[in-house]
Amino acid sequence: MHVVVCIKQVPDSAQIRVHPVTNTIMRQGVPTIINPFDLFSLEEALRLKDQLGAKVTVLTMGPKMADQALRKALTFGADEAILLTDRAFAGSDTLATSLAISSAIAKIGETQPIDIVFCGKQTIDGDTAQVGPGIATRLGLQQLTYVAKIVSIDQTAREIVVHRRAEGGVQVLKTSLPCLITMMEDTNHIRFGTMADAFRAARSPITEWTAVDAGVPDISKGGLRGSPTVVKKVFAPTARTAKAIAISGDTPEALANSVLDTVFAAHPSLQGDLQSSIATNSQGASS
Amino acid sequence: MTESFDAIVVGAGPAGSAAAYVMAKAGLSVLQIERGEYPGAKNVQGAILYADALEKIIPDFREDAPLERHIVEQRVWMLTDTSHIGLDYRSDEFNAEKPDRYSIIRAQFDRWFCTKVKAAGALVICDTVVKALLKDEQGRVIGVKTDREGGDIYANVVILADGVNSTLARDAGFRKELDGDNTALVAKEMHFLRPEVLQNRFNIGEKEGVAFEIVGTLTRGKIGMGFIYTNAESVSIGIGCMVGDFEKGGLTPYGLLDELKAHPSVKPLLAGSEMKEYSAHLIPEGGYKAIPKVFGDGWMVVGDSAGLVNSIHREGSNMAMTSGQLAAETVIALKKEGKPFSAQNLTRYRTALDASYVIKDMKKYQGMPGFLHGNRHMFTLYPELMSKAASTMLRVDGVDKKTKEKQVTKSFRQGRGLFGLLGDAIKFARAFR
Amino acid sequence: MSQPATPNPAGSKEDDLLAASKGVWVYLEMDRGHVHPVSWELIGEGRKLADKLGVDVWGVLLAPPGAANQAAANDAFAHGADGVYLMEDPILADYRTAPYTTGLTKLITTYKPEILLLGATTLGRDLASAVATTVATGLTADCTGLAIDMDTRSMAATRPTFGGSLLCTIHTLKARPQMATIRPRVMAMPPRQEGRSGQIVPVPLGMREDDIITKVLDYIADRNTNEAHLEFADFVVAGGRGLGKVENFKLVEDLAKVLGAEVGGSRPLVQGGWIGHDRQIGQTGKTIRPKLYIAAGISGAIQHRVGVEGADCIIAINSDPNAPIFDFAHYAIVGDATKILPALTEAFRRRLSAQAN
Repeated sequence: MHVVVCIKQVPDSAQIRVHPVTNTIMRQGVPTIINPFDLFSLEEALRLKDQLGAKVTVLTMGPKMADQALRKALTFGADEAILLTDRAFAGSDTLATSLAISSAIAKIGETQPIDIVFCGKQTIDGDTAQVGPGIATRLGLQQLTYVAKIVSIDQTAREIVVHRRAEGGVQVLKTSLPCLITMMEDTNHIRFGTMADAFRAARSPITEWTAVDAGVPDISKGGLRGSPTVVKKVFAPTARTAKAIAISGDTPEALANSVLDTVFAAHPSLQGDLQSSIATNSQGASS
Repeated sequence: MTESFDAIVVGAGPAGSAAAYVMAKAGLSVLQIERGEYPGAKNVQGAILYADALEKIIPDFREDAPLERHIVEQRVWMLTDTSHIGLDYRSDEFNAEKPDRYSIIRAQFDRWFCTKVKAAGALVICDTVVKALLKDEQGRVIGVKTDREGGDIYANVVILADGVNSTLARDAGFRKELDGDNTALVAKEMHFLRPEVLQNRFNIGEKEGVAFEIVGTLTRGKIGMGFIYTNAESVSIGIGCMVGDFEKGGLTPYGLLDELKAHPSVKPLLAGSEMKEYSAHLIPEGGYKAIPKVFGDGWMVVGDSAGLVNSIHREGSNMAMTSGQLAAETVIALKKEGKPFSAQNLTRYRTALDASYVIKDMKKYQGMPGFLHGNRHMFTLYPELMSKAASTMLRVDGVDKKTKEKQVTKSFRQGRGLFGLLGDAIKFARAFR
Repeated sequence: MSQPATPNPAGSKEDDLLAASKGVWVYLEMDRGHVHPVSWELIGEGRKLADKLGVDVWGVLLAPPGAANQAAANDAFAHGADGVYLMEDPILADYRTAPYTTGLTKLITTYKPEILLLGATTLGRDLASAVATTVATGLTADCTGLAIDMDTRSMAATRPTFGGSLLCTIHTLKARPQMATIRPRVMAMPPRQEGRSGQIVPVPLGMREDDIITKVLDYIADRNTNEAHLEFADFVVAGGRGLGKVENFKLVEDLAKVLGAEVGGSRPLVQGGWIGHDRQIGQTGKTIRPKLYIAAGISGAIQHRVGVEGADCIIAINSDPNAPIFDFAHYAIVGDATKILPALTEAFRRRLSAQAN
């Protein structure tokens, strides 16, 4: 069995701060991490390696330094790593990105057929959740997003059953391999690789592919030119013109009374709304 | 499969990478283990690189090392609350073909050094913490235990290069807990400016840089030192005091840094800049007297972990590299001679250190920490007196110069008394000798 | 599986599509006969965009045959739609990517809308991404604001970026339709106009069940007794990292109980395990539009801001006078939340019960 996991190196947005005065983003010195959502998918793939002996290939598209993310993925236990890096990809939006990555995946599949492609649910820097489905569409893979659990895989019948999160419940879906899966967050916890994994990772070469190596069909369809969307401007949210009304008090009790007085005076219907809502709740409460 | 190596180096800062590089280049099997995500992740420095130490390890480092600016001017400032007295040294000889001081950014530099280490043939593993040293029944160090499953690795010798707060060295009994009076805590920020603005403001050319070392009343009589270094498109500014002094209250590292930035002499230097990064780090400041045992059966300690910092001259990373190199050379020699890495044989390392500038310089200034501790007025009274003196002498206000001179002398004698002044001068000279 | 087109190169074919694309479409998300309310919110938003452009608003409904479909169409008209494209087929009984993508793509290529809006639900995001790739057009996810740039007659889609620290505006210049997903409750629910009617255009799906590889074996409904109902709550009390320790979260719960309010928290609390993800308020959690929102110990970074900006009255409690939450709160209380929350709880208890009689 062969699975491919797509990961992305992203700035650790938890550490990105906005300068309080100039409102610019302080990205300098922000460490890069593997997109956290990718780790749930990677862990799922590594479990297939544990249970079914699957080979795990990790793939990322990014600048040269994205090899750090691949090295880390190898340390978790992945078997092989491929870095798709080419200036031609600069400025790619999700459509252009899925083109590049799906070409690379097809290329990987030429040496050893792929059973499952795992992607992260979304990235913390883009948040779009579009690249996974984009890859599935381009490669004709059965698309399974928001997977909460892989229930079973029948390798002979080439079938897989999963739980997929929907509004208010879970769909139990059965489909054929090959398929693309994005895992829900918190479905698992990435293992801390063993020392043997760390050694293997340190000794493994990372394969680097350009757009040509990856077999991307037409470079003009990638990068900035192949991106239908364009960011027109980036800006800080405007502070509301009306400033917040400060409320203070000598004691917490005095403060609290002051709050209620001020707020109820400004929002005359609020007190009544609260009271009727409480009344309805206590009427409706079963016990 | 148990892994074993000629040498394991714990830490991928300048000391560790120097040791790993030299050994790997000589054909030894070397494993370097770094706890951070990447080399430099846990390191913070001003930073100034002293080329000499690195040149002896990688002679052509200038070709591809990430160097910001070579330093052509050194300024030493003594601040009062509103003024400063400064000493300025600039020389064209600093523009020589091979400059000897550069400003660097540690995260980038350490990563570069690591690529050299890997290219030399060492295996580097990051994101892994060495929890303990493995010892045999005789107490000889034979390897390390990491936090990963199956994480026991064996080596003929282990070099500890794991920094100022080496819990490993402490747990192994090689040195004591960090002492608040022997360790400084420095807070630092990087402020970004367009290169043209920076060059204009500091009066330097495209690749030239300026380094400031600063003391002053802002440390409220605590022993402290600040710095400002120009990088390619940013200025590194930082200040620190002894941890013990911060603990006693009244000062915080970032509060101190804010005051430094707000000082009327410093503020214009940062005008229009964008602060994009801040960090803090500990620096060993105990000097010669605080150096622990640096070798034993199967182990050696290098760099900050061994307290090898010359605080007066702000030298630490070069000493780290030299000590790493000397430790590596010891290992190479012993392997060649087929001798075991016993404490007796590893004495050579200490001997080599003693013969080098590392220990020689530290020995020379061994009295300085004590002097500074006992003479806090270096940081309070003297800056004031000198500033007042300068102000008096330099102002043109109708008072004759002779009267002014008398005023200055009087203020000094009142401030310290004749014996105090003499005493200070003697003590300072002694400490400096 | 339909082969994805590649983005049209500059030239007359692309310009033709540009000229021929008209109309604002809103995907009506139906599950088990029930339309997700986000669909109505998007009809309301779509109406504004369409009025600016001078075009019609069409709902798009893919569903199994049933009476619910006519009812849904009527609801769409009542909320402001001019017409509904209705694709009915038993194959569409449960959501599956393949038939829904094929169906929606067929509608798009046949009727050529200029704008297509979908709710950013698991279904919406799954479907939108597959369709956008198939049709080779631009898709902007999780938008917090939509507008029309009249110079180019294109849609300006605004969304948070850089981990939520800033906002960015994205355009799809040439490709059509311009697609966007919007989270529930980000847009206001439009008022209903009873008696408003519109056109229904039925379109067949044209697929065979045998051709579809993915099968739905079962649907397991959630059984959560402590389920959060944040999205439509009128009153919400939330806590953030400023509370200090998890024990202090009880103070938030106490106040909520007195107010009959829902309880929520910022993302760090979810990451710290204090509350479940279903109670997370913010850009990656729930967007809320309550009448009253009390935030205790929440700094108010933009990821949180975009989730609560629609509240009528925001009271913020934070010990840091420079906390960004004070930039958009209506009332600012600088102080220790652990002391202020109990005082508020007591004051509300007295005030609300005193006049209840």
